[in-house]
Amino acid sequence: MMTLRVNGYEYEVDAEPDTPLLYVLRDDLKLNAAKYGCGLGQCGACTVMVDGKAVLSCVTPLVLLEGKRVTTLEGLGTVSEPAPIQRAFMEEQAAQCGYCIAGMMMRAQALLQRNPKASDDDIRAELAPHLCRCGTHMRILRAVHRAARLMDTAELSPSDQRGAQ
Amino acid sequence: MNAPVILDRRQMLAGSGALIVSFSLRGAFAEEQGAPAAAAPSPPGSLKTSPYLDAWLRIDADGAITVFTGKAELGQGFKTAFQQIAAEELDVPFASLKVVTADTRLTANEGYTAGSHSMQDSGTAIQHAAAQARALLVAEAAKRLELPAENLRTENGAVIAQDGRRLAYADLVAADMLHVQAQPTSKLKDPATFKVMGQPVPRVDIPAKVTGGVAYVQDMRLPDMVHARLVRPPSYGAELTDCNSSAVEKMPGVVKVVRDGNFLAVLARKEFQAVKAMRALAAAAKWKESARLPKQDDLLALLTTQLKSQDMTILERGNPSAAGRRTIEATYTRPYQSHGSIGPSCAVAQFVDGTVTVWTHTQGVYPDRQAIAEMLRMPPANVRCIHTEGSGCYGHNGADDAAGDAALLAKAMPGVPVKVQWMREQEHGWEPFGPAMATKLKASLDSEGRIADWNFEVWSNTHSMRPGSAGSLLAAQQMAEPFPVPAPKPLPLPEGGGDRNAIPIYTFPNAHVVHHFIPEMPLRISAMRSLGAYHNVFSIESFMDELADLAKADPVEFRLKHLDDPRGREVIEKAAQAFGWHKGQQASQDRGYGFAFARYKNLAAYCAIASEIEVNRETGRPRLVRAVAAVDSGQVVNPDGLTNQIEGAIIQSMSWTLYESVSFDEVRITSIDWQTYPILRFDAVPDTIEVHIINRPGKPFLGSGETGQGPAAASIANAIANATGKRLRNLPLTRKRIKDAIDA
Amino acid sequence: MTKSRIIGGLFAALLVGGAGVIFALTWRPPMAAIDPPSARTFDADLVRRGRELAAVGNCSDCHTTRRGPNFAGGLPVPTPFGTIFSSNITPDPETGIGRWSEEAFRRAMRSGVDRGGRHLYPTFPYDHFTHVSDEDDRALYAYLMTREPVQAPLRDNRLSFPYNQRILIAGWKLLFLRRDAYQPDPGKSAEWNRGAYLVEGLAHCGACHTPRNGLGAERATATFAGGDVDNWQAYALNAQSPSPVPWNEDALYAYLCGGWHPDHGTARGPMAEVVSNLSSIPAGDVRAIATYMAGVFGAPTPDRQRQGEAVLAQAKSESTVASEPVSEGAAIYAAACATCHESGRAPPYGGINLAFSTAISAPDPRNLANIVLSGVRPVEGERSPIMPGFAASMDDGQIASLLKYLRSHVSKQPAWSGVSEIVEEARRTQTAFLQTAAGPRNAPADPSQRDQP
Ligand code: FES
Ligand code: FES
Repeated sequence: MMTLRVNGYEYEVDAEPDTPLLYVLRDDLKLNAAKYGCGLGQCGACTVMVDGKAVLSCVTPLVLLEGKRVTTLEGLGTVSEPAPIQRAFMEEQAAQCGYCIAGMMMRAQALLQRNPKASDDDIRAELAPHLCRCGTHMRILRAVHRAARLMDTAELSPSDQRGAQ
Repeated sequence: MNAPVILDRRQMLAGSGALIVSFSLRGAFAEEQGAPAAAAPSPPGSLKTSPYLDAWLRIDADGAITVFTGKAELGQGFKTAFQQIAAEELDVPFASLKVVTADTRLTANEGYTAGSHSMQDSGTAIQHAAAQARALLVAEAAKRLELPAENLRTENGAVIAQDGRRLAYADLVAADMLHVQAQPTSKLKDPATFKVMGQPVPRVDIPAKVTGGVAYVQDMRLPDMVHARLVRPPSYGAELTDCNSSAVEKMPGVVKVVRDGNFLAVLARKEFQAVKAMRALAAAAKWKESARLPKQDDLLALLTTQLKSQDMTILERGNPSAAGRRTIEATYTRPYQSHGSIGPSCAVAQFVDGTVTVWTHTQGVYPDRQAIAEMLRMPPANVRCIHTEGSGCYGHNGADDAAGDAALLAKAMPGVPVKVQWMREQEHGWEPFGPAMATKLKASLDSEGRIADWNFEVWSNTHSMRPGSAGSLLAAQQMAEPFPVPAPKPLPLPEGGGDRNAIPIYTFPNAHVVHHFIPEMPLRISAMRSLGAYHNVFSIESFMDELADLAKADPVEFRLKHLDDPRGREVIEKAAQAFGWHKGQQASQDRGYGFAFARYKNLAAYCAIASEIEVNRETGRPRLVRAVAAVDSGQVVNPDGLTNQIEGAIIQSMSWTLYESVSFDEVRITSIDWQTYPILRFDAVPDTIEVHIINRPGKPFLGSGETGQGPAAASIANAIANATGKRLRNLPLTRKRIKDAIDA
Repeated sequence: MTKSRIIGGLFAALLVGGAGVIFALTWRPPMAAIDPPSARTFDADLVRRGRELAAVGNCSDCHTTRRGPNFAGGLPVPTPFGTIFSSNITPDPETGIGRWSEEAFRRAMRSGVDRGGRHLYPTFPYDHFTHVSDEDDRALYAYLMTREPVQAPLRDNRLSFPYNQRILIAGWKLLFLRRDAYQPDPGKSAEWNRGAYLVEGLAHCGACHTPRNGLGAERATATFAGGDVDNWQAYALNAQSPSPVPWNEDALYAYLCGGWHPDHGTARGPMAEVVSNLSSIPAGDVRAIATYMAGVFGAPTPDRQRQGEAVLAQAKSESTVASEPVSEGAAIYAAACATCHESGRAPPYGGINLAFSTAISAPDPRNLANIVLSGVRPVEGERSPIMPGFAASMDDGQIASLLKYLRSHVSKQPAWSGVSEIVEEARRTQTAFLQTAAGPRNAPADPSQRDQP
């Protein structure tokens, strides 16, 4: 049993300490956003935030997470109350199959929290660990730029604060 | 909007089961009876095979409207497009409709979701079904109001008389009203009055996907579900000689180890327990492997000389021995390539009371049902396949195999839902690849610089080993009593498989095209986005540039000189103009421009692409700087969705073209993850991609999901040739090959 | 590779002799500017030869930035004294070497003086290039003069007084620059001599792998005893090599061509760029380098040989990690590392068996910290090993316990000291290197699988 803090809630998790966070999120906590893509740290589909930093959850075992705060896409906002990054991806229609998108969004969120003025080069460099097979890259880039503008202008909504925890 | 897709369906079944069942039985009956008897001109699209209107549309007494399509949403966004079409022709608000996709119990049998057919088949059927339903509703209203139908109009889900009386569809609809066969023609709306069609309506599936809603089969969790992991053989044909699984069976959470011949899997309560057990089981399994793969470094010889082929002349025009003044020849090759879905294949299955239900991201629920039923030796009626989205597949990836795996395991665990998730290495190692191909071209120019004769030969395996029979499924091939792999067949023209787009769209006076169909398949292969068109268009459009070069003509001008099709010409002109293409242009240092064009299958959407490439002369590394595409796919339903598809096609094709090849040694596939099968990453994403749509209101929908693959490849190759002065003819056009060409 | 190595104690050099004396002894006249020669005037074979030599010399690594044009310079080289920027060596007449004659080029290679007569900082390793033959300088010159000219003005170095006084360099040269040509050793094979010529000269291996004295010059008495570069440790390549399995000629050859070796792992950090370059030169030259370097390593002592064999034997036996992890480090290893490093998949695409890891047996944990933090990045569009970095998921304390665990369980060497400080510093400095350097420009890993259709 270990206590895991995810999206502002504390969970008692009954999983072996070597269990990758990805499986805890998907299997124990029934969260969908973090995706299994490779389990090898090669594709980015499983990305979540840990203490505000983008982390590949498939290679991050529980044992590393004592006392840390995990944020997943679910923790940023909802369909009716989307966080700026989510609004931006909806407005840009930045998905085809969408399987890679949650991971992309989490890394972009972490980047923009750290550097709200990220340049196009910064964004491209930051997203380098992520693969998208559908070729949605142009829209993903546009959506991240849009999110930066939205975050800049929008007042922080409660859902953002949750994300920024 | 966030309503999980799967729950939706299940609620629907629970909530209004009776109605659906009665409908679906009749629907299925109609479908199994085949086409209606003696209807002389058949109705359009998939109405041909599923003629009853209620196979496509249902209007409930409470006014709820459901659209049924036998096609699967694969991330192309057509679920939204279908909703737009139905809303438009029915005259109801977009949001008041719901679309149900491929499900063998609910929807028509539309075969595979493939070949850019969805809009043509299903979109057309839905459009006509909706228009005819609307006419029936108007007729009913006319009867009740005692007014001529011409004096009635429809708006917002109601029929309205000139005097303002209005009857809602819900009030008009009667139980059997839509259970009628479609007419050959429908009174479609005037495109000038379209309100929803032609608009960039936001996709209905995106909100769930960007907020962590249930969106994929991977997200399904049924009560008491167990997780399965497979231990696949390490190579084709490997035999499991020994496997002591007793230790694995005692591992925490392990429920069962299933072994059936060379099929080996473990089921566990929790997912990571299954992963750990799989690793232990893999370590315990001993295999006998055999060397049966060809040499990967000489695919040309393999295809053109070592493997036997059946040769078919598919075009003979003019005088085959005609020759112009200057002749050139060239050979182009393409390696085996991988679908490379980001999410490895997954399926959920449950066996209850002699019936198995499979949730799968297959492209063909009906053929898959057929194959699974045969494998399990059950009547097809006792197998239900429900399409549930997966990660983008771009063709026949591991989806069907995973469905077969899940079904087999579910049968071993009656009552318990089983989820099978393939591992990354399994997806890369076992998916059916896009086949290797070779083309040989020879043509000559006459004294005016026109192409006088054209010879084209293509060598290829089949491009479809999709299920339909059990032997197509990996599980069925690996069982103790295996099913034989069905004999590969060439796909017939005009669509074709290996010869898709092998017949040039240009008007050459003399032309000769041969398809060498190779039945033997050293690697497991099947359909991959655009099939043979990718390589054939790459070859034809590269060679057109080589000929333009010989004629000292501008590549765009040269193409126009040989093309009569007015819509094709317009697409070429549009792309050239938007790109800023002009005769005698000179790209800046280290850059080059390239152009290419095709009409997909010579009968679907038109697409022309102009590219600008930068090549680093020291490293050979190419970079697509920008691409400009023009596309004509007939009547546009959702322009943003179309743009998204074309953008994606260009980027994906660029990745195939510059980087990708499956690697193998004599025994094993060696490209089994993203280290060994690298694809595009963000560092190589272009600066801009522009897509220009030429809308054709009122014209038939033309499939466009695959039209970009070939032109993107050729425009990149042509731009590299323009930048470096070197022509590369073997895909992929890797950094190393470009560098070697520069240094040569 | 001498990016971050600036010469310490320039000031002290000034004290060695009076500034005036130095000036008199070291003043160099400007050389006449020429009209940039047309690329066509150079023989194609000479240019091709020059390309290979430039790869041996790793010219592009220092003179090209990430995403920047080839050879246009501008790479910031952090030093204890400030930052030095590499120069533009494209044939641009205004900002590059377009107006340099071959003689001026050769003078720069031999004595670290630019065409205008200015002394160049020894971050440009002319203390090795002085050994390069006239013929090879000619080929290099031909190669560089036929590159794409790029207008890229020299960026001003950020050095504080007195290090910004170039006259100090002259003093340093008086002390440390030996202008001797390479002398073949007639008692050795032609291959060995070829290797020695490359290693000591153009390839300037010692610039990284030899420790420096207080004045920043390579210590003549400690050649190849291990040095530092870009906050990476360049391991000792002599008898003090920390590699668990002793190197031999074949292993060196395979590693230098292919970027990895099953008993030694994958090249990363600045060495990844070096093997990336070496993979493009004639195999004979790599073989010569391996022959010479095998001599530098020397035959392992019987003791060392035994230890190496023990490591190999142990690695071949069944998985060793069985007992329940006890320490935090052990738990982290089992959960985060073992999946790849004990997958049974062959390197380079399976993680190396850590018993072979030189980083874990090295004198300090810097390289291990670097690699855990940053991982191994994929090379664009080419088959290449990938390791995820753990900078975001492990805090300094967790990395330190992992490192300590690995050291105590995998290596026979005594415990490291100062692990936490080194991890902290690695975290601070890693990003700078990874963001500015161009990185490996191609993927040498597993050439047998590369670029096959
Ligand atoms: S699933 Fe974690 S990086 Fe691919
Ligand atoms: S949208 Fe399908 S993988 Fe990115």
